[in-house]
Amino acid sequence: MAVTAETIHSTPNDPLVIAGKAYTSRLLVGTGKYRDLEETRRAVEASGAEIVTVAIRRTNIGQNPNEPSLLDVLPPSKYTYLPNTAGCFSVEDAVRTCRLARELLDGHDLVKLEVLGDEKTLFPDIPQTLAAAEILIKDGFKVMVYTNDDPIVAKRFAEMGCVAVMPLAAPIGSGLGIRNPYNIRFIVEEAKVPILVDAGVGTASDAAIAMELGCDGVLMNTAIAAARNPVLMAHAMKKAVEAGREAYLAGRMPRKQYGSPSSPLGGTFF
Amino acid sequence: MKIQLNGQEKQFNAPLTVGALLEQLGLTGHRVAVEVNREIVPRSRHEGYQLHEDDRVEVVFAIGGGTWR
Repeated sequence: MAVTAETIHSTPNDPLVIAGKAYTSRLLVGTGKYRDLEETRRAVEASGAEIVTVAIRRTNIGQNPNEPSLLDVLPPSKYTYLPNTAGCFSVEDAVRTCRLARELLDGHDLVKLEVLGDEKTLFPDIPQTLAAAEILIKDGFKVMVYTNDDPIVAKRFAEMGCVAVMPLAAPIGSGLGIRNPYNIRFIVEEAKVPILVDAGVGTASDAAIAMELGCDGVLMNTAIAAARNPVLMAHAMKKAVEAGREAYLAGRMPRKQYGSPSSPLGGTFF
Repeated sequence: MKIQLNGQEKQFNAPLTVGALLEQLGLTGHRVAVEVNREIVPRSRHEGYQLHEDDRVEVVFAIGGGTWR
């Protein structure tokens, strides 16, 4: 069935399918950097996101264990958790993190893999990411992989069995927007699995551009959490992703160098 | 008995199991995952899993996090 604006609004027939599961929202959000849990909850709710990334960290020994946690405000019954390997700089740390996450979340096997190569840029270390992906896929994980905007590498990740490939728009937390739309376009054109822009989005128009380029979704954290009003920005991002998706499906007009009148030239009285 | 718990040395009066350790920490019934010497100890085995001198124990949970360090 063809996707039209009418059917988008009347039926959720344009789902984002990741590892066989359909999602209505194409915006995925991180849950870090918020002022408190209440702000996290309100921002995630305003974003309409169904998939939320979480970090796996040591419990604070000695702290009151009954303090509310992320899982209380964002119940796993309502949201799909996407444990990530943020902060991992080695294959071993990334694989350990995913295995702990699976144990923590009762066998949940959808993970976001990132292996960073450099503290300053937070660019991914591709050889290590490939090695970690291979181990995790063999171990039964469904891997959504954070990568750079290299089309050849993106293709390689899809071929090896990653369930989604997530090229960066710009360095993590930079808010610089889509630095290389041509590469993102190449990646989308060759895609065999969902392509999501992950990292680098700064404001709503960046998210819309990612979607207009044909990406299947956008993952962001800082663009929402570091906004002056995170809840309002979360809502703006929801609309930007929806608008960008509809514009992509609608097919934009061709660009022209010169003006082209939109009123009829016949019937003029002057 | 002493163990390395989340990177810190901890002393206990008597040998204990992972289950007993979690109880002492007030974490029984909380959603945590446990690793001993880099091997995961599944929740179903916490009760019977005996800790040994100098074991390196990690107790982790899920916190807010996104695409950053």
